[in-house]
Amino acid sequence: MILTDDDRRMLDGAEGPAVAAAMDLLTRYAEALDAERLCSVRNVAGTATQPSPLKARLVAEGGWDRAFSVINLDSDETHEIPPMAVPTCQLQQGFGADAAAVAPYPAQFVELQADAETFYGRRGVSILATCTPYQVGNLPVRGEHCAWMESSAVVYANSVLGARTNCEGTASTGAASLTGRVPCWGNHHDEHRRGTHLVRVDTPVGGFLDWGLLGYFTGDVVQEARPVVTGDLALPDLTDLKHFGAAAASSGGVEMYHVPGVTPEAPTVEAAFGGGGAVPADAVVYGAAERAATYARLNDQGTSAGVDFVLLGCPHASLDQIRDVARLLDGRRLHDGTSLWIMAPRALAAVAERSGYTATIEAAGAKVLTDSCPAMSRLAPPGTRVFATDSAKQAHYLPAILGIEAWFGTTEDCVRAAVTGRWSGELR
Amino acid sequence: MTATVGTVLSGRTVVPGVVTGEALVSPETISGWGGIDPATGTIVEARHALQGVCFTGKILVFPGAKGSSGWSAFFQSTRLLGTAPLGMVFTVTTTKAALGAVVTRVPALADLDADPVQVLRTGDRIRLDATAGTVELLARAGEGT
Repeated sequence: MILTDDDRRMLDGAEGPAVAAAMDLLTRYAEALDAERLCSVRNVAGTATQPSPLKARLVAEGGWDRAFSVINLDSDETHEIPPMAVPTCQLQQGFGADAAAVAPYPAQFVELQADAETFYGRRGVSILATCTPYQVGNLPVRGEHCAWMESSAVVYANSVLGARTNCEGTASTGAASLTGRVPCWGNHHDEHRRGTHLVRVDTPVGGFLDWGLLGYFTGDVVQEARPVVTGDLALPDLTDLKHFGAAAASSGGVEMYHVPGVTPEAPTVEAAFGGGGAVPADAVVYGAAERAATYARLNDQGTSAGVDFVLLGCPHASLDQIRDVARLLDGRRLHDGTSLWIMAPRALAAVAERSGYTATIEAAGAKVLTDSCPAMSRLAPPGTRVFATDSAKQAHYLPAILGIEAWFGTTEDCVRAAVTGRWSGELR
Repeated sequence: MTATVGTVLSGRTVVPGVVTGEALVSPETISGWGGIDPATGTIVEARHALQGVCFTGKILVFPGAKGSSGWSAFFQSTRLLGTAPLGMVFTVTTTKAALGAVVTRVPALADLDADPVQVLRTGDRIRLDATAGTVELLARAGEGT
């Protein structure tokens, strides 16, 4: 593998032992991938603050320097952690103090996380505390090489923003934050960004539910390949594309997709496949039957009509989603024994509060919660057996993670379930 | 594919090192976050073919990694908690599996000349020489050493 003079200096310790450990990890990782070199990056999104029993043990042994050295740099030694070399943000983490009244989350984890935020904030980590950094100001430019983790953020960065990142991990993002380097492999190269499958949509797709269904179908079909989606599509907004990508990264491992005429690397179908007439002759067809089958699959984890819990905002809700929920809840009350949480970035929750949406939501008995989600914190309201969601991703993951039944539908179906305590959604 | 004792597959070194042990072959891709319990070294994903099976001390043979980018951190945790597999042999290279093998720090091999998931069986005794880029079948499951 080729190391530049600057790479070599860092590896040899010119920037201190923590940076040398970071370069050592990146070198081992690049060799594991058979990458030829490293890319320079100036935008890192990773996780360092979220609590776990292992992290609590490491912090007790040697503070956050030890936790970051061992977990985020894969080092055996404890190094003093310097300021981040390049802009770095914290992704979603555990529940914070604002959830203390509604979620039975361990108080010592809330304290550990607050302590972590202080440590990393002083070293230049922006505590965005969201799986959607692109919704709250972290927007790489087109073509920019990045080191991001979180599957839904990675697919958004590549596909919608035209930035370039692989699905990185806790250690590679930690090492990238101290070096400004990551292996130049996979999605960093043009030839790995071109479409592999043509998906032809023969039934109208428009709106949040339908983009989620199409994403869940597409991910299942292409797995980790790169779909090019064309056909009967209404112009999607940020929220639709966020849902499409997150769903495709749940049923499959999609890290890059193209919607010709919408996403930046696909002005045309031909361009999405790299030009030169490489468009596949056969298309995967998504019609009314496929739409119905996908809806049925997302609802095969629910048998009980009674709904204890409604979860909205996965990935974290946009301001539009919060406003929609406030409008749907205006003047209504949640059913006794049914909870409704909207998960949002804290920055957007502040705007929602200022705009009066939160007051309307809370008047109905629902909550806007920040920083985390039930999947990350492994927590739903006590006693939850059946939940409903408008997120294909949460419908996919939560039954396995929490052992609860799931219903999937529109935001309106979910709010109705919260108000009546009954699931009455159906595909329209 | 039929494989006899002495069969050698060749591949690309992901993490160098040599180990000899029992293969645990997963017919399906594996999730890290949400799919394994690092405290016990056990696959916990609902409906997974190996749900409830412990990989600690086994050479894990699997098609590849799926799911969350927490994959590598969960396998790193198995090393820190003493529940790691002995080695890894996988079919498809992704950033998750490659970084996961690196931070688990076990010998690992990928991009083999035949699909290891098809050739090897759970219980086979194998020698993984990830430095040389080979995996050798020493004894078939249930046929002694």
